Amino acid sequence: MATQLVRRVLGSQSNQILSATNLKPSSILPIARYFSADTTPIRATLFPGDGIGPEIAESVKQVFRTAEVPIEWEEHYVGTEVDPRTQSFLTWESLESVRRNGVGLKGPMATPIGKGHRSLNLTLRKELNLYANVRPCYSLPGYKTRYDDVNLITIRENTEGEYSGLEHQVVRGVVESLKIITRQASLRVAEYAFHYAKAHGRERVSAIHKANIMQRTDGLFLKCCREVAEKYPEIVYEEVVIDNCCMMLVKNPALFDVLVMPNLYGDIISDLCAGLIGGLGLTPSCNIGEGGIALAEAVHGSAPDIAGKNLANPTALLLSAVTMLRHLELHDKADRIQNAILNTIAEGKYRTADLGGSSTTTDFTKAICDHL
Amino acid sequence: MARRSLPALKELLKKSTNQCSGSLISTRSVTYMPRPGDGAPRPVTLVPGDGIGPLVTGAVEQVMEAMHAPVYFEKYEVHGDMKKVPEEVMDSIKKNKVCLKGGLATPMGGGVSSLNVQLRKELDLYASLVNCFNLPGLPTRHENVDIVVIRENTEGEYAGLEHEVVPGVVESLKVITKFCSERIAKYAFEYAYLNNRKKVTAVHKANIMKLADGLFLESCREVATKYPGIKYNEVIVDNCCMQLVSKPEQFDVMVTPNLYGNLVANTAAGIAGGTGVMPGGNVGADHAIFEQGASAGNVGNDKIVEQKKANPVALLLSSAMMLRHLQFPSFADRLETAVKRVILEGKYMTKDLGGTSTTQEVTDAVIAAID
Repeated sequence: MATQLVRRVLGSQSNQILSATNLKPSSILPIARYFSADTTPIRATLFPGDGIGPEIAESVKQVFRTAEVPIEWEEHYVGTEVDPRTQSFLTWESLESVRRNGVGLKGPMATPIGKGHRSLNLTLRKELNLYANVRPCYSLPGYKTRYDDVNLITIRENTEGEYSGLEHQVVRGVVESLKIITRQASLRVAEYAFHYAKAHGRERVSAIHKANIMQRTDGLFLKCCREVAEKYPEIVYEEVVIDNCCMMLVKNPALFDVLVMPNLYGDIISDLCAGLIGGLGLTPSCNIGEGGIALAEAVHGSAPDIAGKNLANPTALLLSAVTMLRHLELHDKADRIQNAILNTIAEGKYRTADLGGSSTTTDFTKAICDHL
Repeated sequence: MARRSLPALKELLKKSTNQCSGSLISTRSVTYMPRPGDGAPRPVTLVPGDGIGPLVTGAVEQVMEAMHAPVYFEKYEVHGDMKKVPEEVMDSIKKNKVCLKGGLATPMGGGVSSLNVQLRKELDLYASLVNCFNLPGLPTRHENVDIVVIRENTEGEYAGLEHEVVPGVVESLKVITKFCSERIAKYAFEYAYLNNRKKVTAVHKANIMKLADGLFLESCREVATKYPGIKYNEVIVDNCCMQLVSKPEQFDVMVTPNLYGNLVANTAAGIAGGTGVMPGGNVGADHAIFEQGASAGNVGNDKIVEQKKANPVALLLSSAMMLRHLQFPSFADRLETAVKRVILEGKYMTKDLGGTSTTQEVTDAVIAAID
């Protein structure tokens, strides 16, 4: 236990040192990496995950190889036994790998049912301090849904709020659940949202809230957003009540640009937006942690029913890998791969079954490689 | 007496002169047999509210007048920035048991609690009901939407229990009780049963809030066993919203805790045509308040108020619900048919539906369409 504690302290300290020396890790570090890209490839952790995970991870590896992305994957699998150091099926080494590399890609993971261990996603979130979940949502040209003008980014606070896990029964038949909002976490996510908006040439940030009812908690969140907004005068800042936001999203999603919100609202809105463009199978996602860690992930399930049948759609994981490249500021590679994916889907010749086609995962992947 | 015979005469005259076209002609039902004295006009408390409220409640007043509906209004000025609902308004609602209300603006973070919430709590209007359906003639992205969202209205995230633990750390309590969960579940199933609905879907986030939403689900499951004729299923709130924007036709009646209901109702209203056309109301054991279905706190912007272009359809349909609640089904049918006819014709629509009409023009069109 003691060694474990020491290790943890050391781990987080080394992170802090890292981020202290490189004041802006997201800007300086990747450039250094970029220049040295020819000689030393960037190491990134890869969790293929369960179910269809290994197949779609293979697809990502293949596309990256074809596009000659200077990335070397460090593959980690979910263990078969609970690691006492993480109280989860994820091993300490896997987590260390992400911490060391600073970037990772994760396929779908199914938490085995049972007690005495934490959910895999929760372990990653807590141990790596992944505080923001970023999901770019854009309509895929050629794939028709009922909404064809979606182009927005949802940024969700990921560590507190309604997901604090603090609940208790007051008396029989009366249950209380705590929602926690802190200034520190709200500032952090707001800061990231504005930073993201500026870095990606976005014009507007909307804070989503319900401060008319939860005046103090959501009020604090808004206050933090306003404070950060003042530092970014070139970006338009607005506040939208969550219920109104839902209505506006389904009536005219083009009204929004970047949305920043507390945990539960982010969960709901990001899934709603995924629905607008065709489901979780097409939505990329990236988690941002303290010290510039980025863990891109596919947010869909592990689909055990089609696992191993070469039928899975790798789009979400591929697009997530693209967001990872963007985080590393490998923009030309990111653009090339993204265009290849979008063109393949737009062309419509090779599509997996969930998009109404009949291609296998390998055919689809090959088509993308051909488009590169 | 004269007042009541007038509309009958008028109708007879109208019938002979203009035999309206199409399937929209309502056949008069013969099954409704009022008790003696049922035709006596009823008092209804009217709260015009803020923003577009006075405009749309004005429309209802005019239409009721034109129909000679057996209701008369007791009008009270209430505004969102008041500390609490004035005593005489509460007394009036308690006496009349029925209220029609425009939106009351909810001030942001000013230490004033929402009057909409206050009314619901004080009168124990535990169920909020929003009916979201496609109106023929109104083009939307989705078809075959016919969803009723029944939302618990008194507890959950709206408990109003918040405090600062230490500077920079704030806590908000969400309270779920067995009593309230059971009560809303019973209401939802009872509603489904009485209105020939086939399925009730409980919306939750019990994978995260295991105890709180778990209790809600447990209550729903218990009640569901008593209604074997009605299908019951459960859906997680984030998945629910995703399904709503992709396959809304799968939903029928939805029962939800407070906050989720707010979001789900607005999403459903959005896909079916917007909050400007969705009727709704809040009901408790004794009282009922009818208002625009979704977004009670959204009172429109100054521009709409200035140009007098608010959409009165939602509140007109809500007042049809109110007439039915007051046991005047034929008046309710006539009003509903008239509103639907105006929308189907598509000549008089406000800006949110893609038209350019003012509130008054739509109101006049509805009055003209009443048969």
